[in-house]
Amino acid sequence: MWSFVARRLAGGLALLVVASSLTFLLMNINTSGIALRILGDQATAEQIAAKEAELGLDRPITERFVEWIGGAVRGDFGVSWFTSESVWHTVMSRLPVTLSLVVGTVLVTAIIATALGVLAATRRGAVDRVVQVISVVGAAAPNFWMGLMLIIIFALTLPIFPATGFVYPGTSLVGWASSIVLPITALSLSAVSAVSQQVRSAFIEVESRDYVRTLRSRGLSERRVLFLHVLRGAATPALTVLALQFVGLLGGAVVVERVFALPGLGETIASATTLGDVPLVMGVVAISVTLVVVVNLVIDIITGWINPKARLS
Amino acid sequence: MSTETAAAALTPSAPAPRSLTRRLLHNPLGILAIGTIGTIILLSVLAPLIAPHDPTYVDLSIAFDPPSAQHLLGADSAGRDVLSRLLYGGRFTLLGALISLSVAILVGLVSGLVAGFYGGWFDTLSDLSSSLLMAMPSMMLLLAFRVVVGPSLWITMAIFGVLISPSVFRLVRSGVRQVRGELYVDAARVSGLSDTRIIARHVLSVVRAPIIIQGAVIGGISIAIQSGLEFLGLGDQSVPTWGLMLSEGFRNLYIGPLLTVWPGLAIALTIGSLVLFGNALRDALEDRPTAPRLRADVARAERTEVRPVGEDIALSVQGLTVGYPISESSVKTVIEDVSFDLRRGQILGLVGESGSGKTQTAWSILGLLPRGAITQSGAILHQGVDLIADREAQRALLGRKLAYVPQEPMSNLDPLFTIGHQLTFPLRKHLGLTSEEARRRALALLDRVGIKNPERTMSAYPHEISGGMAQRVLIAGAVSCDPDIIVADEPTTALDVTVQAEILDLLRELQAERGLSMVLVTHNFGVVADLCDAVAVMQNGRIVEQGEAHSLLRDPQHPYTQSLLASTLDSTDPRAVADQKHGTPMEATR
Amino acid sequence: MTEKLLSVDDLVVEFPGRRRSEPFRALKGVSLDIRPGETVGLVGESGSGKTTLGRAILGLAPVASGSITFEGRSLTGLGRRERREMGQDIQAVFQDPYTSLNPAMTIEAILTEPLGVQGVSRQEARSRVRELLDAVGMPTDAGGRRPYEFSGGQRQRIAIARALALRPKLIVCDEPVSALDLSTQARVLDLFIDIQRRTGVAYLFVSHDLMVVRHISHRVAVMYHGDIVEFGDGDDVTRYPSHPYTQKLLAASPVSDPEEQRVRREARRALAEAGS
Repeated sequence: MWSFVARRLAGGLALLVVASSLTFLLMNINTSGIALRILGDQATAEQIAAKEAELGLDRPITERFVEWIGGAVRGDFGVSWFTSESVWHTVMSRLPVTLSLVVGTVLVTAIIATALGVLAATRRGAVDRVVQVISVVGAAAPNFWMGLMLIIIFALTLPIFPATGFVYPGTSLVGWASSIVLPITALSLSAVSAVSQQVRSAFIEVESRDYVRTLRSRGLSERRVLFLHVLRGAATPALTVLALQFVGLLGGAVVVERVFALPGLGETIASATTLGDVPLVMGVVAISVTLVVVVNLVIDIITGWINPKARLS
Repeated sequence: MSTETAAAALTPSAPAPRSLTRRLLHNPLGILAIGTIGTIILLSVLAPLIAPHDPTYVDLSIAFDPPSAQHLLGADSAGRDVLSRLLYGGRFTLLGALISLSVAILVGLVSGLVAGFYGGWFDTLSDLSSSLLMAMPSMMLLLAFRVVVGPSLWITMAIFGVLISPSVFRLVRSGVRQVRGELYVDAARVSGLSDTRIIARHVLSVVRAPIIIQGAVIGGISIAIQSGLEFLGLGDQSVPTWGLMLSEGFRNLYIGPLLTVWPGLAIALTIGSLVLFGNALRDALEDRPTAPRLRADVARAERTEVRPVGEDIALSVQGLTVGYPISESSVKTVIEDVSFDLRRGQILGLVGESGSGKTQTAWSILGLLPRGAITQSGAILHQGVDLIADREAQRALLGRKLAYVPQEPMSNLDPLFTIGHQLTFPLRKHLGLTSEEARRRALALLDRVGIKNPERTMSAYPHEISGGMAQRVLIAGAVSCDPDIIVADEPTTALDVTVQAEILDLLRELQAERGLSMVLVTHNFGVVADLCDAVAVMQNGRIVEQGEAHSLLRDPQHPYTQSLLASTLDSTDPRAVADQKHGTPMEATR
Repeated sequence: MTEKLLSVDDLVVEFPGRRRSEPFRALKGVSLDIRPGETVGLVGESGSGKTTLGRAILGLAPVASGSITFEGRSLTGLGRRERREMGQDIQAVFQDPYTSLNPAMTIEAILTEPLGVQGVSRQEARSRVRELLDAVGMPTDAGGRRPYEFSGGQRQRIAIARALALRPKLIVCDEPVSALDLSTQARVLDLFIDIQRRTGVAYLFVSHDLMVVRHISHRVAVMYHGDIVEFGDGDDVTRYPSHPYTQKLLAASPVSDPEEQRVRREARRALAEAGS
């Protein structure tokens, strides 16, 4: 089991390195207008040159990247070129927002999708068709449009939830929950659609296997056969899909945060890339990829615990 | 044989699986989806011809106007006609999706084919790359790429195509690997086909449909991502697209909320029909016809006169008739009027070829018939209780007095639980043992069935033990709760002949020790001769002959039994002798 | 001395192990030969290497050392294309009638596939198809149908027809009757024999069943854990085997006469006791 975890961690590290290098490269290919954007239109050529030297733009790319990595492992991601704020500080203050959103969505999705998938697989008939419809609707509506619709209905027309803004859990737990209900709903619809489909088909497939009949022949109750044995068998492919969905959620968060005016990482990177604020972009990417690695690791560990054969790969 | 194959084997020679397109067209949702997509594409292509107004014509005097005769969907924040913008917007949105789709399929298909077919370093490398790509949040990467490539929609969507190609790659690669292992590919190789021809002929046709399904999904995601980018204001502001319309609508959400509805609906409708199309195609591919529902009057079972039997009969099967519905009003019978008595302490062999109904009979006794089976008439008496009339009683006996030994050892153990767990739980449930007692009893059982290291086997998972050991475990499980009757379905067919002999010995010993009554399903007369006291021969769902094993095997009466016994090769001439008799001897072999 | 059609000498086949583990030796240095028009039976249990040997001869398994010689020419160490050219003299019939025929192709397409590779014209190919179907006792109009329309036994006949298409000198038969019903098995075996008598093709007949192998083979080789433990006259090996493993195999195969079976059971017990 430990070698399995170690291998996954190594993979995660590789991912971090690749993602960082790629992003750094992309962000630094075209750095010509940055100094100008920072200093404003009135800047003189000298000021621009001085700024570029200050930011290190005259030094070779590889040298700057190594320098960045050196800082990153110590937790020092430098300072935003535009706001002069510590990148670490900015990222850390935005992280709870995005975290509330995506982790909340994952949990909500896991629970609802499992329930729907099992329901559809065991009841079939009308229930199955209803779940299919929900799936299609969830997959069809883009999450940010869903968010807009939800705002129109549940914030503007019926003022139940706030249309915008994020309340930190420290300030008010109820306020926090209330501020993330609509965004999480918007994000989870498509995830629930995909995962419930997977749960349903995996459940049906596992239930038709030989050993389920043999388990029944040992006199086990139907409830135990379905919910302990069949569900566990269906869990692995469902977890895989959930892990994939998580990556997509980070992208979805970028847009949903804009819709609900949530000060999260997605919103940060959207504006930072437009400006060309390299340290900030690098910081956000590093944290996001770390998040992906951690979540994947957790899901892999759960999968390995459930399915002994998976530990071998 | 799994439940699915059992049911499938019994569906009467189904009408030829219709070609994929025909199956698809029979699905109403599929037709709806194709129709919707087609309409959207058509409208977008014809936009210049049918749009009522110029989509970029600004007239602030009519800004935010509600729908009217002039402007069917109203006007947006700059007074532009919403309907026209919607129609033109479709072109760019669909074109963008087409680009990313094409790139994704091109990259994914080619790399998947090469990686799956040839393996080697390319396989490892592309596997790694695809894992990395799949783990990177594509939205963030696209934003970073945008810094380099600028707001060009086409390039961005092409890049997105590359980012999402791993899903196609994975699909193609696994499809190729699966086909690569199929015997008909081996046969093609032996016939001398070159690799390219094998790929084209055999491999591509298999991955074709899954790629189309995945393509529909990718199309949907591309549209969503593209709209998302435009919504963030990162697209070309002068070109009307659905995402841009959404973004403008969002900025004016409080003034004109309706403006966000139209483009959103357009997007949702397009993606939705793509998803539906993918689903319909997937359903058509699997072509698993759900069993027809039988009308209530047809489904009602006949009342059977139960013939009482003596104390010495452990199980009496009387007039058993079972079938599966092939339409609302008709049933295909798979076993008909099957009757036999199992004496206490006797081993009865149920012999037949495939399709004879012997396994269906076994499952009927246990109450383990697959979903959809209809017991049309008959009774199974056990200690005076008819198990068919009283299903509760049958369920109560299963696992306790009535036990099952299945055919395929490896696929009949749950791969996710240890052997120990699977053995001990029923002991605790049925015999009320504590976990410590159950464990000790399970260990003793494993030892009794001939497993050399019971401790290690208890904590092992099914994939860690051999087939022969797995069968012993299953037998141990069957006898663990002290049953009276065991129904064994070809328990040795999947095993090597030397292991088979040992398992048959084990069954004989256990039967003698515990006074078990056994129904042994088999197709092998040698097994019958080795183990059985009585035998019943089945053909096409009926018992054609039954009696004491010794006499039936030595002197069969029914022509079918006679021909079956004649087909066994027990006393066959060696080839050289047969050749001589035939008049075509080979030259002396020494 | 009768010329050898195929000769296998000290053949070693290894499969790469998973990750860092040792490679697995499926064949540990086996030797046998096949004469023109003869059937050599290859019998063994799972893991014996019998299928691997068949596949190695067909060029479907990696040879680590040793040689396979066909009509004097070496088969090992050939490039893919040369191997393909030599391939038409050696064909195969596989075990599973359900997966050895591509379910999406018509029978005619399946049978003409090998012919197409060798550059036979469409016309010639079609008449050859009728010839082949006739040779295996199938209706000549079966060409337009697909595999799922036929039973297991019929599909095997089609597979045999495919193997015969190129008029091979040797056919490797990998458990071709194991998946068939008892009655069908006998008929298909007799078809194999009939074809051999008419065309003079040689067989390497792989099976786990001693009696099947006895029925069809002139000589029999017995395999155990990658080695050939006995090789000789069919009658001798399958009725009076000299190697203890073959004796064990024979004793473990049940017969349908209860009295005889009891005797055999005693013999098996005696063997087991003697061995332990």
